Amino acid sequence: MTLATALFLLVLFVVTLTVAAYSTYAERKVAAFLQDRIGPDRAGPFGILQPLADGTKMFMKEDFIPAAANRRLFTLGPAIAMITALMTGVVIPWGGELTLFGETFRLQGTDPEIGILFVFAIVSIGVYGIMLGGWASNNKYALLGSVRAASQMVSYELGMGLSIVALVMLNGTLSLGGIVEHQAAHGWNIIYQPLGFIIFLVCAFAETNRSPFDMPECETELVGGYHTEFSSMKLGFFLFAEYTNMFISSAVISTLYFGGYHVPGLDRLGLDPNLTTLIGTAAMFAKTFFFIFFFMWVRWSTPRFRFDQLMNLGWKGLIPLGIANVLITGTVYHLAELWKG
Amino acid sequence: MEPISTPHDYLPVLVQAAIAVGFVGFALSAAAFLGPRLHGRKKEESFECGIEQQGDARRPFSVKYLLIAILFVLFDVEVIFLYPWAVNFKALGAVGFVEMVVFVGFVLAGLYYVLRKGVMRIE
Amino acid sequence: MSQLPATDPRSTDLVHGRDLSELTTLNLGPTHPATHGIFQNVLTMDGEIVLDAKQTIGYIHRAFEKIAERRPFYQITTLTDRMNYCSAPINNMGWHMTVEKLLGLELPKRVQYMRVIAMELSRITDHIICNTIIGQDVGATTPFLYVYQWREKIYEIYEEICGARLTTNMGRIGGWERNWSDTAWAKVKAVVKELPAALKEFDDLVLRNRIFMDRTIGCGPISAERALAYSFTGPNLRAAGVDYDVRVADPYSSYEEFDFQIPVGTQGDTYDRFCVRQEEMRQSISIIRQALEKMDKLGDRTTYRADAPEWVLPPKEGVYNNMEELIWHFKIVMGETEVPVGEVYHCVEGGNGELGFYLVSDGGRTPFRLHLRRPCFIYYQAFPEMIKGGMLSDAIITMSSMNVIAGELDA
Repeated sequence: MTLATALFLLVLFVVTLTVAAYSTYAERKVAAFLQDRIGPDRAGPFGILQPLADGTKMFMKEDFIPAAANRRLFTLGPAIAMITALMTGVVIPWGGELTLFGETFRLQGTDPEIGILFVFAIVSIGVYGIMLGGWASNNKYALLGSVRAASQMVSYELGMGLSIVALVMLNGTLSLGGIVEHQAAHGWNIIYQPLGFIIFLVCAFAETNRSPFDMPECETELVGGYHTEFSSMKLGFFLFAEYTNMFISSAVISTLYFGGYHVPGLDRLGLDPNLTTLIGTAAMFAKTFFFIFFFMWVRWSTPRFRFDQLMNLGWKGLIPLGIANVLITGTVYHLAELWKG
Repeated sequence: MEPISTPHDYLPVLVQAAIAVGFVGFALSAAAFLGPRLHGRKKEESFECGIEQQGDARRPFSVKYLLIAILFVLFDVEVIFLYPWAVNFKALGAVGFVEMVVFVGFVLAGLYYVLRKGVMRIE
Repeated sequence: MSQLPATDPRSTDLVHGRDLSELTTLNLGPTHPATHGIFQNVLTMDGEIVLDAKQTIGYIHRAFEKIAERRPFYQITTLTDRMNYCSAPINNMGWHMTVEKLLGLELPKRVQYMRVIAMELSRITDHIICNTIIGQDVGATTPFLYVYQWREKIYEIYEEICGARLTTNMGRIGGWERNWSDTAWAKVKAVVKELPAALKEFDDLVLRNRIFMDRTIGCGPISAERALAYSFTGPNLRAAGVDYDVRVADPYSSYEEFDFQIPVGTQGDTYDRFCVRQEEMRQSISIIRQALEKMDKLGDRTTYRADAPEWVLPPKEGVYNNMEELIWHFKIVMGETEVPVGEVYHCVEGGNGELGFYLVSDGGRTPFRLHLRRPCFIYYQAFPEMIKGGMLSDAIITMSSMNVIAGELDA
């Protein structure tokens, strides 16, 4: 690992935080737009300082722990949620190769052979944050919320895993960098995996606990869901982790199905390699931001599922579909091979 | 095929984890330090819609949630089995695919059995 | 009713025979986001399934019936505001009409039409609140905040008419305190013109939404038979398929002259209740439109109260400047006018159902006894029966679709 990588990681960390913070602002602006309102406009011009104001508020609030709670786990819960949310960005390829001061490095923290599995592993640990937070509160609403969250997230992880299997079959690698390169050479995965993409997208909504899958925290039923008892920065971390996860999910969707930083036809223009890389990174962020917007668009347009409907969709809908997708992909691939001779 | 990952590849992951842990630790302690702190017996009760708490949240919970967790473990392991095959899908050829179809058939049969057993029937 | 039908679901005890250590007790209320007011439900649950529910009411009981016994008739209007505060003008008008019935006052047509307009406007606000809250409780926040601006526009009309918004204290016994301003009329016409498009958008957003339908169809149903046994009225009864509407069954304020339809449901579930309310809003708009036309035909633009000085409080300018009006004002306020002895029952179709006033007068300046028939109180009795065996999420939207208003529930 070079100094450049270390610097890149720091930049990535700051960018992740900034994007997540401004997603909260964007969410409120998008909601306001959809609902014919103005949205936050008091802090700074157009309210762009709103995230800062919110952050400051979180810091200045009382850090409250109920007497009946398990104090250690109560702190550990939000910490795990936030740490896991911040960790997945390291394996996502944010751009191609950049040459600065005579040194060439990739705009990617690291590219392990098992990139996707790493993302899954970290996301799975994120469930513990919610589960521990809800259980440690010693509050029935929180417990119910965290149990819902855990059931939901594990159920949809299966569908997500299956949708990726079909993608991996075609791309032949689990490395995210490798998947982007494969897409650059053979076309974006969305063309070959439309069903897989839909399954993955639905599961991504469920994994980030976003509407219409926001069962764990639906406030009209469970008061605040798993974060009923939380306040101050601990609450902030739960909410912030959701937005960070949304950012990372959008980035993963873009990487897996929409070519990541690849822009079709860009390398044929013969531009400066650095410029090409930067345009690619901009494209990656544009795709990511589109999906963040899509997350918000859906949230402010649809009602939410009921718990059993959600489980049925996961187990009876997405998992069989995911398996079918694997079989269809394999069959079509082999038929095509046969036909080609 | 490229060589498999080396421990070297995971150093950035550790660095990233360190940054994340550092940030979280800093923010939590800062919030604890900056915010006010006022104790009170009534205040520190768990929230129960504004009335006396009835019972405790540390009680046996419906076993249906546990079943879902167990099923997840079972099926997740089976999905993980698919990954090594999926990576080498093109190299394994048609025979490998047929073999996997048989495996997936077993998984599907298991899923069908579980669903017919009514594990997902919440009511 | 002495004998409940054999199919009484209350007799099905879901808790019996269960391992109690596996069941959870969950408090839904008093301060819970879903209760939209203050009342408590203690739910016995198995995981997500509601097995039993017990309600507690009385958190905001203010003893209106008792207070009314110490108040002159015209001061009781303010109490009615605070019952179903989502449609206060209907309560106000209902009370005025009750007293007018006791006094035997006949009101000019124009005043009656104005009352119809005020009542239908407040029916629209009531239904907007109920239906958007159903949306809110199933997780669709956008209709709530988007359609709500129409309630705001109607509240602006209230402001024009009487100066208040929520607790309106609108009108007087025998008519109105003043004629409506031109701005008020313009705003009424604007709402009538523009609201149908907003309702259409609301429909488009949720009515055929797959998730919304899955959530609400078959959720918290009640059969027509059971609903009648509980003496349901209003949209909740009509959703169960019974076409009972006080405006038709026992017309008041010239409702018999209007041409409108009573929407009915079939299943009595949340979806039907939602649809019935949606359609009632459209019918209300049509009624307001008809009332405006009828008023145009009347040609009268000035009459706003009955010509009965011994009952109707005179306008303030008159009190300050004329001897006779000062005398009447004094007599009414001091309770010097003769109130007939007798009993009357008058009911109006409130936002939520049959809102009844049972008034006993002994000839004094205050009622001897006043009983309020509050539909919410009745609906809430059926709540456990409707949610048993369903899921927690169903219980919440069942409650919001019944539109139980704490102020009216407890009175």
